[in-house]
Amino acid sequence: MTISIDSQKTNNESLQPKGWLRYFSFSLDHKVIGIQYLVCGFLFYLIGGTLASAIRIELASPMSDFMPRDVYNQVLTLHGTIMIFLWIVPVVNGAFGNYLIPFYVGARDMAFPRLNAVAFWLIPPSGLMLVASYFVEGAAQAGWTAYPPLSITTPQSGQIIWILSVLLLGGSSIFGGINFIATIIKLRRPGLKLMQLPMYCWAMLGTSILVVLSTPVLAGTLILLSFDIIAKTGFFNPVLGGNVVVYQHLFWFYSHPAVYIMVLPAFGLVSEILPVHARKPLFGYTTMVFSIMGIVVLGLVVWAHHMFTSGTPPWMRLFFTIATAFIAVPTGIKFFNWVATLWGGRISINSAMLFSCGFIINFVFGGITGVALAQVPFDIHVHDTYFVVAHFHYIVYGGTVFIIFSSIYHWFPKVTGKMLNEKLGILHFIITFIGFNLCFAPQHWLGLNGMPRRVAEYDPQFQFVNQISSLGALLMAISTIPFLINVFLSVRNGKDSGDNPWNALTPEWLTSSPPPVENWEGEAPLVEEPYGYGNQFYEQK
Amino acid sequence: MLNKNIYLILIISIVFAISFWIGFNVNLLPAEASINAPIYDELFKILFIIGLIIFIGMTIAVIYSLFKFRKRNDQIGDGIALEGNLSLEIVWTIIPSIIVLLIGLYSYNIYDRMGGMKELNHNHEMMSSNPEKIWAGISQTSDNEIAINNLSIEVSAMQFAFLFNYPKGNFISGELHVPVDQKVSMKMESKDVIHAFWVPEFRIKQDIIPGQPTILNFTPTKVGKYPIICAELCGPYHGGMRASIIVEEESDYNEWFNKNKKTEVNL
Repeated sequence: MTISIDSQKTNNESLQPKGWLRYFSFSLDHKVIGIQYLVCGFLFYLIGGTLASAIRIELASPMSDFMPRDVYNQVLTLHGTIMIFLWIVPVVNGAFGNYLIPFYVGARDMAFPRLNAVAFWLIPPSGLMLVASYFVEGAAQAGWTAYPPLSITTPQSGQIIWILSVLLLGGSSIFGGINFIATIIKLRRPGLKLMQLPMYCWAMLGTSILVVLSTPVLAGTLILLSFDIIAKTGFFNPVLGGNVVVYQHLFWFYSHPAVYIMVLPAFGLVSEILPVHARKPLFGYTTMVFSIMGIVVLGLVVWAHHMFTSGTPPWMRLFFTIATAFIAVPTGIKFFNWVATLWGGRISINSAMLFSCGFIINFVFGGITGVALAQVPFDIHVHDTYFVVAHFHYIVYGGTVFIIFSSIYHWFPKVTGKMLNEKLGILHFIITFIGFNLCFAPQHWLGLNGMPRRVAEYDPQFQFVNQISSLGALLMAISTIPFLINVFLSVRNGKDSGDNPWNALTPEWLTSSPPPVENWEGEAPLVEEPYGYGNQFYEQK
Repeated sequence: MLNKNIYLILIISIVFAISFWIGFNVNLLPAEASINAPIYDELFKILFIIGLIIFIGMTIAVIYSLFKFRKRNDQIGDGIALEGNLSLEIVWTIIPSIIVLLIGLYSYNIYDRMGGMKELNHNHEMMSSNPEKIWAGISQTSDNEIAINNLSIEVSAMQFAFLFNYPKGNFISGELHVPVDQKVSMKMESKDVIHAFWVPEFRIKQDIIPGQPTILNFTPTKVGKYPIICAELCGPYHGGMRASIIVEEESDYNEWFNKNKKTEVNL
C-alpha cells in the first residue's frame, strides 16, 4: 500500500480552486473529474442528439430533401462517433468510474490522479476538433466504422481529423482503464477482500481489461489507415494491393469489445441501484462476478459477427455464431439475477428504479434480437439494415443511456446534497420510454422489409413507419427538457437530501453528501456487506 | 403453495400461447421469391417465437414485481434477506445454454440447407483464365449440380450502379434478368469502394469488395421484378444505388437474352 500514501497526498487543497470554478481547472480530485466527465459527456450528448434529430427529419420523407447527401453522411458519421466516444464511453466509464471507484475500494483518490486529469482533458479538445472538422472541408463521411476504401477516397481533411480525434479519445480511454485496474487491485482499503467489492468495481475491472487489451488495436489500425490517406501506402487500399477485409477484422477487434465497454459498466451501475431501491441484497453476487468475467473473455472472440457478409469463410462464420450466441448465457444470468433481486423486495417506485426497470425491458429486447443477429443465415438478410440500427440502439440507448439517467437520479443527492424532483423525473422517464420505443421498435420492420441503413432516401412504402420513428425521436428530444429543468431547479433550490437519503449501505453513502475533498473525515469505513439489506438490517438497528 | 404453482403454470402457458399465436400469425417479412426465402422464414419464425416467450416472460416478471412488491406507505423495513439460490442460478445457467446451443445447431442446419457450407472455388474456375482466390459467399450449387444451364453472371459494382455482364451472350446489362427456377451463379467484384448486393425478397446479401471477388448463388422461385439494393455505405448517393432483378419465364428470358446477345465478331 505504499503507492496509495504517495498518490493520495497529491491533492493539495490550497492549490485547488473552490466552488464551481474547480470544474474548469486541472483538478486532481476524482470527484471533480467524474463530474467533469459527466457534464462534458452530456454536452456532447446534446450535440449528438441534435445530429440524430437532423437524421430523423431527413428520413421523415422518402426523398433526400432536408440536407445535401454528403452532409447527411457527415451527420451520421459524427452522430455515431460522438455518441460512442464522447458520450457513452466517457460517461459510463469515466464519470461514474471516477466518482464511485475510490469510494468503493476505500481510497481517497484514484491511483494516478494526474493521469486521470490528463485522460479527462484529452476529451474536450478532441471532441471540439471533431465537430470543427465540419467547417474545414466537411467532416468525415465514411460512417463511424470508416471502412476503406471509402474512407480513403472521401475528402481527406475530415477523415484525418476524425482519426486524430478518435486516437486521442482512445488514448484517454486507455489511461482511464489503467487507472481503474490499478485502483481496484492496489488501492483497496486494508481488510477489504475482492469478493466484498460492490459489483460496479467488478464491472469496471472487466471493462478496463477490455479497454487495455483492445483499444491499442484500434489505435494501430487507425494509424495504418492514416498512412494510407496521407502517405499513400497500401495497407487497406486495394488499388495498391491492400486488403480491405483486414481493416474490418482489426476494427471490430476493438469495436465489438467496445459494446461491452459501453454496457458492462451499466450492468455494474444497475447492480448498485436495484438493491438500494428494492431493499434486498443483490441476488447471486458470485454468479454475477463470474458472468462479468465470462462476458469479458467471450467478448474478445466474437468480432467477426459484424462481417458475415464480408466474404469470410464458412468455418469462421460458424465459430463466431456459436461464440456470440453464448454471450447470451452470462448476460441472461445477470438479467435473471436482477429480476430475482426485485422479487420479494420492498420496492420504492422512483425515477431511478423506473429507469433501471426500463433498462431491463429494453435490453432484454435488444439482447434477443442480438442472439438472432448472431445466427449467420439470419444476419445475411438483415445485415447493414435498419434492423441492426434498431438492435444496437436498444442496447446502447435503451440499455446504457437509461442506466446513465437512472444513475443520475440515484447519485444526484450524493454529488449535490440536494434531491431531484420526483414528479419531473417520472415524467422524464415516461416520455423517454415511449419516445425511445416508438422511435426504434418500428425500425426492425423497416430493416426486415428492405430499408438499408445509412441512406438519405428510401422507397415510398416505408414513409409511414419512418414518420412514426421520427415522431418517437421528437419525443426523445422533448424528454430532455423536463430533465434539464429538473437538474437546474434542484441544484439551486432542491430539497436537502441529508447524507444518505436512500439508506444505502455502499461506502459512498457513509460520508457526508457532498463528500469532503479526501472522501472521509477520518479513516475509510470497512464495508464487508455492501448489499446487506433485508429484515435483519433493521432488526439490528 | 399448490395454488401458486397452478397460477405460475397458467401464466407460462398463456405466455407460450400468445407467443406462438403471434409467431404464426404476424408476418414481418416481405414476399418469398427464392429457394432461400422459405428456409430463412422458417428460422425467423422459430427465433421470433422463442424471443417473444423470453421477452414477454421477463417483462411480466418485472412489471409484476413492481406492483406486487412495491413499498406501501404504511410499510417500514426491508424486503427479504435473500442473497441467492444456487439451484435456481444453476437452472437459469443451464437452460439458456441448452436453448442457445440448440438455436446454434438449428441455424447451422438452416445455413447448410441454404448452401452456405458448400465449397465455392471449383464452380468458377471456368470463368476466369487464371485461377484466383474466390472469397466465400453463399452457394446453392452442390458438387454434382454444376448444371450446364447454370447461369453465370459477372457483377461489377461502382459508385453508384451495378452492371451485369453475361459472358455467354457477350453483353452488359443494367438490369439483372434471370429465368425462374434456375440456379444463378454470380461472381461479383467492385471497381471502387465496398458495395453490397441485397435482394430482400430473396433473403440474400453479399458484400461486393474491390480486389476480392465474391460469389453469390441463388435460385429465384417467383416471377416478378424485385429491387437490388446496395447495403454498404458507399458514398453520397448510396441511398440511390439501386437496380432491378427481373425474374421471368424461361421463354421470356431467352427472348431477352437473344435480343441482347452479341456475336464474337462484333468484338
